[in-house]
Amino acid sequence: MMTQRPGTKGLIFNEPNVWDKSREGRCAISLPKADVKRAPLDAALTGDAPNLPQLSELDVVRHYTRLSQWNFGVDSGMYPLGSCTMKYNPKTNEVQAARQGFAGAHPLAGDDCSQGALRLMYDLERALAEITGFDAVTLQPAAGAHGELAGMLIIHAYHAKQGKQRSKIIIPDTAHGTNPASATLCGYKSVNLKSGPKGILEPEAVAAIMDEETAGIMITNPNTLGLFEENIKEICEIVHAKGGLVYGDGANMNAIMGVVQPGKLGIDVLHLNLHKTFSTPHGGGGPGSGPVAVNDKLKPFLPVPRVEKDLDTFKFVTDCPDSIGRLHTFYGHFGVMVKAYAYILTMGAQGLLDASRLAVLNANYIKESLKGTLNLPYDRPCMHECVFNDAKQQEYHISTMDMAKRLLDYGFHPPTVYFPLVVDGAFMVEPTETESKEDIDQFIDAVKAIAKEAQTDPEKLTAAPVLPKVTRLDEVAAARKPCLRG
Amino acid sequence: MRYLPHTQEDIQKMLAVAGAGSLDDLFKTIPDAVKVKDGLNLPAPMSEWELNDYMEKLASENIACKGYTCLIGAGSYDHYIPAIIPYLVSRSEFATAYTPYQPEVSQGTLQGIYEFQTMVTELLGMDIATASHYDCGTALAECALIALRKNRKADKIAVSDLVHPSHREIIDTYLKPTGYEMVLIPHTKDGLTDMAALEAMDGIAGVAVQSPNFFGHIEDLAAVKKVADTKKILFITSFTEALAWGILKNPGSFGADLVAGEGQSLGIAKTFGGPGLGLLAGTSKLMRDLPGRLVGRAKDSNGDDGYVLTLSTREQHIRRERASSNICSNNGLNAMTAAMYLSTIGKIGIREIAQLNHDKAVYLKSVLTDAGFEPVFDRPFFNEFVMKAPKDFNQKRTDLINRHCVFAGLDLAPYYPELTDHYLFCATEKVSKQQMDQLAKEVA
Repeated sequence: MMTQRPGTKGLIFNEPNVWDKSREGRCAISLPKADVKRAPLDAALTGDAPNLPQLSELDVVRHYTRLSQWNFGVDSGMYPLGSCTMKYNPKTNEVQAARQGFAGAHPLAGDDCSQGALRLMYDLERALAEITGFDAVTLQPAAGAHGELAGMLIIHAYHAKQGKQRSKIIIPDTAHGTNPASATLCGYKSVNLKSGPKGILEPEAVAAIMDEETAGIMITNPNTLGLFEENIKEICEIVHAKGGLVYGDGANMNAIMGVVQPGKLGIDVLHLNLHKTFSTPHGGGGPGSGPVAVNDKLKPFLPVPRVEKDLDTFKFVTDCPDSIGRLHTFYGHFGVMVKAYAYILTMGAQGLLDASRLAVLNANYIKESLKGTLNLPYDRPCMHECVFNDAKQQEYHISTMDMAKRLLDYGFHPPTVYFPLVVDGAFMVEPTETESKEDIDQFIDAVKAIAKEAQTDPEKLTAAPVLPKVTRLDEVAAARKPCLRG
Repeated sequence: MRYLPHTQEDIQKMLAVAGAGSLDDLFKTIPDAVKVKDGLNLPAPMSEWELNDYMEKLASENIACKGYTCLIGAGSYDHYIPAIIPYLVSRSEFATAYTPYQPEVSQGTLQGIYEFQTMVTELLGMDIATASHYDCGTALAECALIALRKNRKADKIAVSDLVHPSHREIIDTYLKPTGYEMVLIPHTKDGLTDMAALEAMDGIAGVAVQSPNFFGHIEDLAAVKKVADTKKILFITSFTEALAWGILKNPGSFGADLVAGEGQSLGIAKTFGGPGLGLLAGTSKLMRDLPGRLVGRAKDSNGDDGYVLTLSTREQHIRRERASSNICSNNGLNAMTAAMYLSTIGKIGIREIAQLNHDKAVYLKSVLTDAGFEPVFDRPFFNEFVMKAPKDFNQKRTDLINRHCVFAGLDLAPYYPELTDHYLFCATEKVSKQQMDQLAKEVA
């Protein structure tokens, strides 16, 4: 029996561009009384006031409330977006970060006046070092890609210190999309490496291209097919034997917390995404936080300032001659760190392990439940995500995109589509541990119903979505004649 | 565990479907030898009550917990945040959404960010603004890289030494592995970027000048433009105090090619320095060189108006190693916050707030002068300025913090060693005449 789908019709509101609501003379802020003399600036220095919209307070509230209602968030429904870990964002985390002592803290108040913030950063670094099995952590990178850049800069600095810079970096086809761009920023040429028939890397293939001109390898483990790189230790040994370093993309850490510590596998440097694994909200695109963990060998290269503990007081230290330098104006996204730390303190060791186990259970349950419905290119036990494609639907001229858009009408956010590139028409599902069996069953039923529609009613898919505020948008035309401002 | 919904019965049923005998069985592709043996060594899990107590204890070890008088800026400003801002931005449809890759169910984020981009272009007088960057420093480093890529004959970027010291350090970090070099433009005794020194520089791809600069002074951007044009190099300008553009002539009117800025002043809490908001704007000519996401208008299949992420062929997930940047996540929710703030204060409010900031700063400077501080530079400023303090001030400053929770200025010596006893002060609309008078009495 088909369970009830979460998506249904409902009243939403039209809302114009904010300038269309503007009326000369309105202002939604209460201005303080002037208690000092007006001090006019030289007219040569001043310009006209910027043309911002003029609204009442209710105008502003209604504008953004209506806009928000056109959005889908984790709080609205299941968001099985592969490699993005859209788990529930606990509300208590927001309460903790909003405390006056954190939110009101000025970054240059000085160490003495900022002991709570420093202690939190220090303890979060220690917790992340334990979870990943590394010796040291920096919290400074502002997002995952920024963490990757930090990691690559560390690798670059390490080779410079050895006295011989290298020119290439190996990047497997199952790595994250940002990896090659991060390597380029350090002047490394990306060398593409194909994964083997089992969807994982083969040591012989790595050995065949690893040489002393190669700075290292960037490995996502579990990889973007949702598979654990079983030969990881051997691969690390091959790379190390030629003097290279192993970069681990920890974006998929949600599969292995408490199960494996990447630092114990031979990986030298790893970045995390606090906005994925550690439950902080994605915010419609950010802000995230991308801490980087390293082994002892690479600790001297971490960005400054570092947080250090001296008896029971904490201080920022900048005197690190081998450091790659500074990556952020202050110390990174402290507000995001508070939320992630609140999550770790709430979960504890057992909670994190259970989270990973249930994330993997949910993914395997979906994989087994849907593999008769969708094609599964790599039929192996998966980690926290599984990758299907549209091979079975092609005979009805239905693509992954059509199925993704039809899922919107059923009330689900679509999975990641057309990624990883190693699978044609990829449909990449990451349910996360916070989705219940009932919600997952609803999702499975929806995909099965859509697959049936593909055979009997294909136009329902090609015309989808019909329920959201807008139908499919013409992205090609939008890019041809870009209109980027009102 | 309240975030984990699975009952024992669910787990058993799901394991049966997955073909695994136990949860451990699910990990059988991982060699036993590499598995964690005795569990992770982490603090015992806390209930929500315990977490509240613990976090409040940590927060109370920051002096900010008591509320304080903040007379320092230097990249993080103490402005009033209207109640509706945190209220609206915590709407979870905004906060818990991903990047708007599925535009049909992301029109809220997309229209909000499109309006944000438009507001930033209005604020700065520029053609285009991106959907945001991490912070001003990282945005400025990206601008430096754009200039160096556009001008292949040059391998240096000229940066004023009155650009925020952290921002210069970030540029250094980004340039180190590229073989490019940052050359510093010294400042004059007036506390302005030395144009003559810039004119004498060769082999530079672009020039970056911050205005108001780190000393708070309003730079002569017209003069920078003139030199940039003569040298045929990119003119980059940056700022840390976005509210200055409520009153000052904007960078676009001086012909800036690229503008990097910090938007923390626009409704975002200081939060120990992050997350803030990187603003990045450019001319239309540089549209395809800009890093990060852009939202554009589009039509749906019914011909109705909507918004999409656009020009993504510049970006890492499409262009991979040839992308204009590696940025993926940006500071989207803070961009939304800034748009909410700018809609709230509007055209009238921004002018008034900007003027108030200046009024308060002028007053603070006058009472400090009366109290024996020396106004070392005589240049127009917005809400920050430098004073040379009497000899015993450092001790008084510490007392003020401990006794009255007043942060009186930032010691400049760590940033400019020649400026011992010089302090950078900031006054915003939040500081009252009474607080400033009290301070003057304490330090006199």
